[in-house]
Amino acid sequence: MPQQLIKDRTVVDDRWTLLRDVTSEPIPPGPIIVSLPVWKARRDELAARGDVGVWLAAADDPAELAADTATLPLIAVDFPQFTDGRGYSIGRLLRERYGFAGELRAIGDVQRDQLYYLAQCGFNAFAIRADHSAGDALAGLAAFSDGYQLTNARTPWFRRRAEPGATDVR
Amino acid sequence: MLFYRSVMYRYDSFDQRLVDERVAQYRDQMRRYLAGDLTEDDFRPLRLQNGLYIQKYAPMLRISIPYGLLSTLQLRTLARIGRKYDRSYGHFTTRQNIQFNWPKLEDVPDILAELAAVEMHAIQTSGNCIRNITSDHFAGVAGDEVADPRPYSELVRQWAALHPEFAYLPRKFKIAITAATTDRTALLVHDIGLQIVRNDAGEIGFRVIVGGGMGRTPIIGHVIREFLPRAEILNYLDAILRVYNRYGRRDNKYKARVKILVKDRTPEVFARDVEEEWSHQRGGPATVPDEEIERLAAHFPAPSYDVLAGDDPTYKSELADNRAFSNWAKRNVHSHKVAGYAIVTLSLKKTGVPPGDVTSDQMDAIADLADHYSFGELRVSHEQNLIFADVRQADLFALWTELKALGVATPNIGLLTNIVCCPGGDFCSLANAKSIPIAEAIQRRFDDLDYLHDIGELDLNISGCMNACGHHHVGHIGILGVDKNGAEWYQVSIGGSQGNDAALGKVIGPSFAAHQMPDVISRLIDTYIDNRNEDEAFVDTVHRIGIEPFKERVYAAAAH
Repeated sequence: MPQQLIKDRTVVDDRWTLLRDVTSEPIPPGPIIVSLPVWKARRDELAARGDVGVWLAAADDPAELAADTATLPLIAVDFPQFTDGRGYSIGRLLRERYGFAGELRAIGDVQRDQLYYLAQCGFNAFAIRADHSAGDALAGLAAFSDGYQLTNARTPWFRRRAEPGATDVR
Repeated sequence: MLFYRSVMYRYDSFDQRLVDERVAQYRDQMRRYLAGDLTEDDFRPLRLQNGLYIQKYAPMLRISIPYGLLSTLQLRTLARIGRKYDRSYGHFTTRQNIQFNWPKLEDVPDILAELAAVEMHAIQTSGNCIRNITSDHFAGVAGDEVADPRPYSELVRQWAALHPEFAYLPRKFKIAITAATTDRTALLVHDIGLQIVRNDAGEIGFRVIVGGGMGRTPIIGHVIREFLPRAEILNYLDAILRVYNRYGRRDNKYKARVKILVKDRTPEVFARDVEEEWSHQRGGPATVPDEEIERLAAHFPAPSYDVLAGDDPTYKSELADNRAFSNWAKRNVHSHKVAGYAIVTLSLKKTGVPPGDVTSDQMDAIADLADHYSFGELRVSHEQNLIFADVRQADLFALWTELKALGVATPNIGLLTNIVCCPGGDFCSLANAKSIPIAEAIQRRFDDLDYLHDIGELDLNISGCMNACGHHHVGHIGILGVDKNGAEWYQVSIGGSQGNDAALGKVIGPSFAAHQMPDVISRLIDTYIDNRNEDEAFVDTVHRIGIEPFKERVYAAAAH
């Protein structure tokens, strides 16, 4: 199995196990990512372990993790198809409204051509779909050098354009 | 060739770099697709966001013309692209864009590179994303504007372009902007309509309308905020789009537009959701400083108009002396805010030519005329015509003579034969029925100019399917192509209108075969003429007497 995780712009080994099951028990030891329903049902027990992350489905409300963002080491957001863009808003909300600073991982149908936008929305880890190469996908993070809008990674261009040297991009 | 000081938005190195990066990204995506590294399903959404459809006979490439503004350099480039990569013509669309119907898939990256060299692109011209921002084709020259909408259109264009959070929406998303008291943008049938207004304190802001649309569920938009300070526009747009992105339906593409979300939640609840979201962003980093609006406004200076006393006396006498010229002037020349100047519409609705189609040779000739007569700039209207915004009245006769020779001086703007029409079943793989031959048959029936002018104001819109690219719902007469057991039929509605009092047409009854359509339209017109009060327009007669008299006449005749 090739390495399929990009984290902080590097292809790395993934030490986390993703538990897709929403009702699963028992929960095995070791770093594990559980669904929101499992987390909510067994929050106290799982939080005490320190090696449990939570994954959100595209329809889940990130507000449900508002009280946990300071302590969770990892939150993953599922993209059932890459054309389902709900996770982009979830990413920004987790970072900007709920103050999550840990690993924010995109899982599911995650491909090279979405990475730049995902990174702008606060994601710093990407579990690349198994039939693609994570090494090749790295290039997707550099698809654009900048952009106009306010995102999680930058202020709007109109706030920066007057800075010295800002427009000397050629 | 004459060169003018630019009167439209020009890219700086930052804008250019983004477009160049997009071309490189797309070139690489195409390479991976052709190499088999990207599947058809994975490639489709990517190519759509670069304007590339796979159509009935060939790919179709739709090129963005932001808020309809085009320089002559850009028009000449489109002419060249038409010759080099297509069949020497292009089709102007109801989103003020242009599309080419016959490019080769593998040529598209090169076409995009040629476009980028003249500050054009095909970014987000299709797909489930924020589409081209449309605006008033008389922007900056109409007399009825609260402010010039172009700097605001450009501000919103930049916000929409490559927005990381909103590239994969539930469905396509269309925004129109106007600053005029007379709406010329079909504002109320957009996902978002932004009307630039002034409040009691004289400050500029936006009246925000959400959830209008056509397609299979036509709905007039709802005002969710009467006055939004202009500085908050991007925060507020982010809030609307975030609510839609999170909660818009994704299980059924026919219920995925924001209009369905607004309807299901009710406009009041939707507005509350947006206001709640906005409360977190209000006053934040995306708040637009006055200096940024001023910077954008500086891109749209008034051209160097001659100082003229008033209406040109020679023009007045030419009008009196030449009936053909005065007929044209009556329909295709519009009043300008500067004394001695006029706005001219070039009609792309000549009988026998598909509505909105222009050949490469015509494009080059039109570019020459725009350089000579209108400061090197022109506009595309959502009614699929071209506009010269700044013509001296003294030049109108000479311009008319040249436009006539080019076949773009049909005096039918606002009249029945100025048909808005999608490409239909001749080109489009979505269409249920052909639309262009129907348009042509109707134009041939109404080829008597005196009669046409006597009928007066009439918008006739044709869509080949319920996606409504021909905006049939807001036509005074709307024609919709439908499929009945594999045959092409046409459903007729009347009483629709665009503009400030936008209304959706009502279907008059069972659909018709193609060959019946000219007769059906004739009977609708006869009913109108028998019932109208003096200067009453067709649509007003329909609203006054209802659809029954029209229906009776059409179906009584059809029964024989």
